Amino acid sequence: MLQDKDRIFTNLYGDQPWNLADARKRGIWDNTKALLDMGPDNIIGQIKESGLRGRGGAGFPTGLKWSFMPKESDGRPSYLVVNADESEPGTCKDREIMRNDPHRLLEGCLVAGFSMKASAAFIYIRGEFVMEARVLQAAIEEAYEAGLIGKNACGSGYDYDIVLHRGAGAYICGEETALIESLEGKKGQPRLKPPFPAAVGLYGCPSTVNNVESIAVAPEILRRGAAWFAGLGRPNNTGTKLFCVSGHVNTPCNVEEEMGIPLKELIERHCGGVRGGWDNLLAIIPGGSSVPMIPKSICDEVLMDFDSLKEVQSGLGTAAVIVMDKSTDIVEAIANLAHFYMHESCGQCTPCREGTGWMYRVLTRMVRGQATVGEIDQLHEVTKQVEGHTICALGDAAAWPIQGLIRHFRPEMERRILEYRKQAA
Amino acid sequence: MSGAAGPAVEQPASFEFEPEVWAQAEKIIARYPEGRQQSAVMPLLDLAQRQHGWLPQAAIRCVAEKLGMPYIRAYEVATFYTMYNLAPVGKYHLQLCRTTPCWLRGADELRRAIKDRTGLSHAGVSDDGQFSLVEVECLGACCNAPMIQINDDFYEDLDYESCTTLLDRLAKDDVPAPGPVNGRRFSEPAEGRKTLLDRVEGTS
Amino acid sequence: MPKLTVDGIEVEVPAGATVLQACEAAGREIPRFCYHERLSIAGNCRMCLVEMEKAPKPIASCAMPAGDNMVIHTDSPTVKKAREGVMEFLLINHPLDCPICDQGGECDLQDQTMAYGRGGSRFDENKRAVKEKYMGPLIKTIMTRCIHCTRCVRFVEEVAGVPDIGAINRGENMEITALESVVDSELSGNVIDLCPVGALTSKPYAFNARPWELRKTEGIDVMDALGSNIRIDARGREVLRVMPRLNEDVNEEWISDKTRFACDGLRRQRLDRPYVRVDGRLKPASWAEAFRVIGEKVSSVEPSKIGAIVGDMAALEEMTALRDLMAALGSPNIDCRADGAKLDGAHRGDYLFNTTIAGIEDADAVLLVGSNPRKEAAVLNARIRKTWVQSAGALKVGVIGENADLTYPTTYLGAGPETLTELLNGSHSFCDVLKEAERPLIIVGAGALAREDGAAVHAAARKLADQTGAVTDDWNGFSVLHTAASRVGGLELGLVPGEGGLDAGAMLSGGVEVLFLLGADEIDTSGLDGTFVIYQGSHGDAGAHAADVILPGAAYAEKAGIWINTEGRIQMAEPANQAPGEAREDWKVLRALSAQLEHTLPYDDIAALRARIGELIEGLDMVDLARPGTPGPLRDDAGEMSDAPFACPVTDYFMTNPIARASQTMAECSELYSVGKAAAGEATGTNG
Repeated sequence: MLQDKDRIFTNLYGDQPWNLADARKRGIWDNTKALLDMGPDNIIGQIKESGLRGRGGAGFPTGLKWSFMPKESDGRPSYLVVNADESEPGTCKDREIMRNDPHRLLEGCLVAGFSMKASAAFIYIRGEFVMEARVLQAAIEEAYEAGLIGKNACGSGYDYDIVLHRGAGAYICGEETALIESLEGKKGQPRLKPPFPAAVGLYGCPSTVNNVESIAVAPEILRRGAAWFAGLGRPNNTGTKLFCVSGHVNTPCNVEEEMGIPLKELIERHCGGVRGGWDNLLAIIPGGSSVPMIPKSICDEVLMDFDSLKEVQSGLGTAAVIVMDKSTDIVEAIANLAHFYMHESCGQCTPCREGTGWMYRVLTRMVRGQATVGEIDQLHEVTKQVEGHTICALGDAAAWPIQGLIRHFRPEMERRILEYRKQAA
Repeated sequence: MSGAAGPAVEQPASFEFEPEVWAQAEKIIARYPEGRQQSAVMPLLDLAQRQHGWLPQAAIRCVAEKLGMPYIRAYEVATFYTMYNLAPVGKYHLQLCRTTPCWLRGADELRRAIKDRTGLSHAGVSDDGQFSLVEVECLGACCNAPMIQINDDFYEDLDYESCTTLLDRLAKDDVPAPGPVNGRRFSEPAEGRKTLLDRVEGTS
Repeated sequence: MPKLTVDGIEVEVPAGATVLQACEAAGREIPRFCYHERLSIAGNCRMCLVEMEKAPKPIASCAMPAGDNMVIHTDSPTVKKAREGVMEFLLINHPLDCPICDQGGECDLQDQTMAYGRGGSRFDENKRAVKEKYMGPLIKTIMTRCIHCTRCVRFVEEVAGVPDIGAINRGENMEITALESVVDSELSGNVIDLCPVGALTSKPYAFNARPWELRKTEGIDVMDALGSNIRIDARGREVLRVMPRLNEDVNEEWISDKTRFACDGLRRQRLDRPYVRVDGRLKPASWAEAFRVIGEKVSSVEPSKIGAIVGDMAALEEMTALRDLMAALGSPNIDCRADGAKLDGAHRGDYLFNTTIAGIEDADAVLLVGSNPRKEAAVLNARIRKTWVQSAGALKVGVIGENADLTYPTTYLGAGPETLTELLNGSHSFCDVLKEAERPLIIVGAGALAREDGAAVHAAARKLADQTGAVTDDWNGFSVLHTAASRVGGLELGLVPGEGGLDAGAMLSGGVEVLFLLGADEIDTSGLDGTFVIYQGSHGDAGAHAADVILPGAAYAEKAGIWINTEGRIQMAEPANQAPGEAREDWKVLRALSAQLEHTLPYDDIAALRARIGELIEGLDMVDLARPGTPGPLRDDAGEMSDAPFACPVTDYFMTNPIARASQTMAECSELYSVGKAAAGEATGTNG
């Protein structure tokens, strides 16, 4: 188990107030100028060395992403955009950072923004997080007042603004280019890539979009050194991670743990185990709703990191672990997610706009078994027609849970169909 | 987008920001770079909705004019995002999370509690105008499932009984403190916490 | 110049080209719905997916920049599957109502389904139904058919500059809408052509015909002086619709709503037989009788008391015949400037749109003098807007005259000649904009020329062009924007009063005893009480009402004709159908009349007539090309400018000629827009 001394999010449970005075007691904003004095290249180098991979789902190396930003401005300003549109079902970790430890995020914004020569950070927080936005806004104002951000931030001679922007209810705005569109005051429809945000992003300027957690851990990595972070977890899967465990466990919770912790250990140690015991486990969605589920047999052994979960045809995603025990109607659980993706499709691309609704309706029939066995293959084919054919990854995300269902629970689906037939006859 | 598909709504003829609301709006507009005031469309629509109780077309038009953007572009925004209520809502607007993590832990029970207590199923406004209901997708409080957002606040770790109690109190305009209804602190494990033990209040 | 391989074929494309364009260069057809050359790239339909080696998934070829060494496959199983998948998704919620759909037979969705579809449906759920939307009297909507390509949204925002259409809601509930109001653009009809399915169709044309029943003829539009290239679709004797033809130099692929929708006016108010006024009333007559009455009258007056005015839509053929006839009669009284424009036609460079329409795109500053191009030449206005868009908003457009919404930002300089004077003496700040520009463009409109001091205004504008460097060896930024399709042709034929001759104004106020109106209707007939008026034309409009003899002629769609547009571009049209009843092509009427008047014109067929035109006009062998002109000397003798503000000659866009005035569609639009404006005015009153 990760020891308390190695935890970054020391106020995860809001044991202490979030305000600046208490944040300072936790070591935040402690001589931040010294971190900036490392210089942009050094900061990016340290983050690269730490092995930090993006905490928003895709797991792209954070330092590398920062290094894509132009070293010299062509006259346009650069921006850091923080993705706080936490909407992936199962995921509720950034919320805790923002309401209990907002200064950790703000300090990260300054350090990360400085390293990419950004003039400002825009934090895009999902609209439903009203209280969280109030806390964060108040923290921003505290930071301005204390000279930590704004003109001559932390006495570094560097001017840096942080703007909080509230969304208004759209999962798709968690996609980085949709988020940028939304921030510009438009519908949140993902943009075509290329050009990538590092070249043409917010307001047509070079931009980097990072998840809250990725940004919030940066100052601590710099303070303790890349080696400390890289020493946790496994190679290519380093550091600590916030896990959100929900569903059929005895004590659902958010917890910071070491990358690569066995899934079973995570659940048994922190979440009081699966409801009714480990053997009552049916399946787990290990990384937020968009990744395919894994059945108990895989859960027994699998480690919670990017590469281990990829090996079992799933993914770490946001590390949101959705646990389902044997009482779960597994088809309905996925039909429910299919509804989610239908509801959240922006409507731009044909396959996603039309396919998500089709998949949801077929699955809804399949919950009752009102389908033919051949339709299972057809459904699978439809998921394949959506996957990889859209501008953004929402199409993939809509397809994968269904593919996971068919991969692991096809017999259950067939059983229902045959049963329905029997009853109808 | 809520209410967009419903029956025709009686629209007010005009809308103007109240001076103190507009002062807030100007502060928000000023946060964005020169010439990028369209960025403020979402916060301004939100302010308009808070002022009026819901978001009528006249308010969308007003926001568009204030920001110098075409009405249709503002209207697109208002219909794209789910938090804009294009039709009147109740005094307590219940947003029931229906997505899998909440569903696994009893969102259906909350739905039943709401129906039993307010008569609302799926969507609509109660006859007395006290409650309105809309089923929404994941609200990002999955470790505290199942939950409901009521106006701005999250009420978490609910079940049939506690949901009924909550609605009973709201019916009397007795608004409980938001958060987990079972006394749990944020999203810590309800019992058997194994981390950050020295941080617990009073022990540090 | 990236080099890439498409299906094993190596192609080199210009930098900035897309993979889709590279595929086309390699001779590969790439299906698409949302992509359109003239609109921004949306990349949403996903029909153009191709396989790119080393890419993990298919790429949208419309949006991907072509890069060096890319290896593209358009014929692989992956691509075939991707296309089948997209087709299937497009069709699951598309109604199978092709038998009652006006797009049938010319539908991209139909065609591509045949070419790329799977051939059967596996969709077992209920289809989506979407409520119809109101978009005004021109665009019919059947929104259930919409495939959400957003071409219409992009067109109105980007090309028309009137962001009235949007896509609301999201996901499968996304709907295209104009929010139940009229699309306030003179170019709105183009969304019908752009719509790849039957969601947006022509309201006036609804359920009229199938495309395969139509006879398609290449024509030239006469609703303004641009000479937009059109295709006239007719069935039997009826013109059913007008569509644009591609001409990059003139109208690209757009036409204005009047060009497109006034064609029902070809069926109404037609003069289909000769009339002669007897005892104050017009009575039907035979050709022979009408000619006889004219002959008697003409032989009873002095040649100097005979005059002729040419209307706005006449072709070179009839203008030439009229010219020769008047000359034979010995009359100097002929005028093609029915509106009184003060252009003498002496130097072509003084009255042409010298910059050319396509040349607008090279301009880096624009000055409009007495012109509202949005109303006078909507498609040309879109070209100015395009230039402004391409300049990323840097193009400065100054306006002297009416301060109207032209769909792009303008700087209002002043109302009339005094502002021109300020620019000339350098006291106006916009003078610097023109001087600093490398290629300034000065557009002088009919509102500046068709007035008493028109010659003085023209001279001042010419001088300003000279002073600001608008006319150099390789750039001619002095341009006249006409409103009449016949005008440049008339001027080139020399249809201005000869020595001692009377101009249109003098002829219309009792200067002649016999007045021949060749399709002239935009005139004041109140001074013609004592004049014997012969009206030759197609519609019973102002000219016919004042006539003593009416000779029925063909409308533009019914004759082989040559027109010269405002740039001096000679364009030829074929007849799409026959004129109704006893009406005949106008030059033939004049030829027959000339025999009656014993001055038989020396051409018996169109070839001979055109040979005659060739004697009068240079460059008849340069059809379809802009023919630049040389300007005349600067003048100081053009008189003084008054201080009256410039007024746009187009007061009602939908009612500018007899065909449009006969059109029910145009009447509906006219009423709607004037009512709409009144309502808007009221709203401003209460809101203000």
